[in-house]
Amino acid sequence: MDQIYELLAISLSAILANNFIFSQFLGICPFLGVSKKVDTAVGMGIAVTFVMALASAITWAVQRFVLDPFGLGYMQTVAFILVIASLVQFIEMFLQKAMPALYTALGVYLPLITTNCAVLGVAQLNVQNSYGFIESVTYGITGGLGFLLAIVLFASIRERLVFADYPKSFEGFPIALVTAGLMALAFMGFSGLKVW
Amino acid sequence: MDIMNIVYAVVVLGVLGAVFGAILAVASKIFEVQKDPREEAILSHLAGANCGGCGYPGCGGCAAAILAGNAPVTACAPAGPENAAAIAEIMGMAAPTGERQVAFVRCNGGTNAKKRFEYIGVQDCISATKVAGSPLECNFGCLGFGSCVAACQFGAISIGENGCAVVDPEKCTNCGACMKACPRGIITSVPVSKKVHVLCMNQDKGKAAMTVCSNSCIGCGLCQKECKKDAIHVVNGVAVIDYDKCVGCKLCTKVCPRDAITPVATAEEKEKYKAIKKAQAEKAKAAAEAKAKAEAEAAAKA
Repeated sequence: MDQIYELLAISLSAILANNFIFSQFLGICPFLGVSKKVDTAVGMGIAVTFVMALASAITWAVQRFVLDPFGLGYMQTVAFILVIASLVQFIEMFLQKAMPALYTALGVYLPLITTNCAVLGVAQLNVQNSYGFIESVTYGITGGLGFLLAIVLFASIRERLVFADYPKSFEGFPIALVTAGLMALAFMGFSGLKVW
Repeated sequence: MDIMNIVYAVVVLGVLGAVFGAILAVASKIFEVQKDPREEAILSHLAGANCGGCGYPGCGGCAAAILAGNAPVTACAPAGPENAAAIAEIMGMAAPTGERQVAFVRCNGGTNAKKRFEYIGVQDCISATKVAGSPLECNFGCLGFGSCVAACQFGAISIGENGCAVVDPEKCTNCGACMKACPRGIITSVPVSKKVHVLCMNQDKGKAAMTVCSNSCIGCGLCQKECKKDAIHVVNGVAVIDYDKCVGCKLCTKVCPRDAITPVATAEEKEKYKAIKKAQAEKAKAAAEAKAKAEAEAAAKA
């Protein structure tokens, strides 16, 4: 029972209170780059969730069975980047063969995930918080869901920004950054949500 | 011990990398997708701008469509005829022929066209057409908000001085993106060497077309009568040039009462042409009279 509560706490924290984008500022690049349309934002969000879940599982195993026994904790970043890069490559090959439809839908976003620091972030945070296997995977999935929520909300706001009346010099990224800042402020409200 | 640490780090990471590399190598064999080598070859002959002018998602999509036979070998207009010929060779077909085509905006309205109201909404042609018909009285004219300018990947189209879109034939690749973007559908393909064009697409007849714009084609048919090559016809209330027949003599531009055919003849040229025609008509009349007289004399003698 305790563990269920803990998993719930991890999920809520990852999705709302400690949202990867709005309070940890990880994965900002795809957040700004792929948020012009809701459709592509959903695709990117799902792809990131998928990779984050798998990456947290595998990096947990690498940390536990390879790095820890040899006392190589300081090589974490390098090892994790290695894991993530090969994982993304592997998923790309797998999808192309098994699910060509999903592969074409994700398109260029799939390889872009390699450079998404939210994926590396979730792996490192798992180690920092000394999560077990189930907790790590939960954190990975819900962290990805938090990313999905953030990018979809942001994309739908950006689609409506066309009709907003703002000075011409704010056009494009400036107004997007202002919007992102306001959304981050709004998400700060969730930090009062202390259930753990 | 310090040395051992370094050795451990190198060995562990090396092994880790080797293991992942091996997994990827095996996976690439297991999950290998058979690709037609011709697709790569075709792709190398496309423009590579991912302009979407062919109607397929990017150049890769176009290459796949050409390979599948769903698109003609000339599907990529920006690549030009040399590359189309190369693709035709890859596909084992005869090389296509034909002159280079460029986009052409068939409207000369702009500031000449009457405004129905002042539009201050989203600066985009499609949005503008959604508001009470459109800001223009003319239902066929260029709105000048530049949806085509935004659609052009080659910087070949701009809003001209009089508020109408104008294509730069030098830069235009005839990809067709502007034609799809224009809600009025007034951008068409024309052979690059032809210089005489009808600058209006207003299909309304006579007065209806005349009131909305000072440059509109009213379908009077003077140009059709004037043309010696049977190259210009009034179709659906608007003059249309048959580019296969047009030789660019510009006679039609001189008789157009609405200055709707480019290059627009100046008043002077028109007067001159009128005078020549009048002189010719008089000459013909005199000749006819002389002939009639001669015949009459001949008849009287006999």
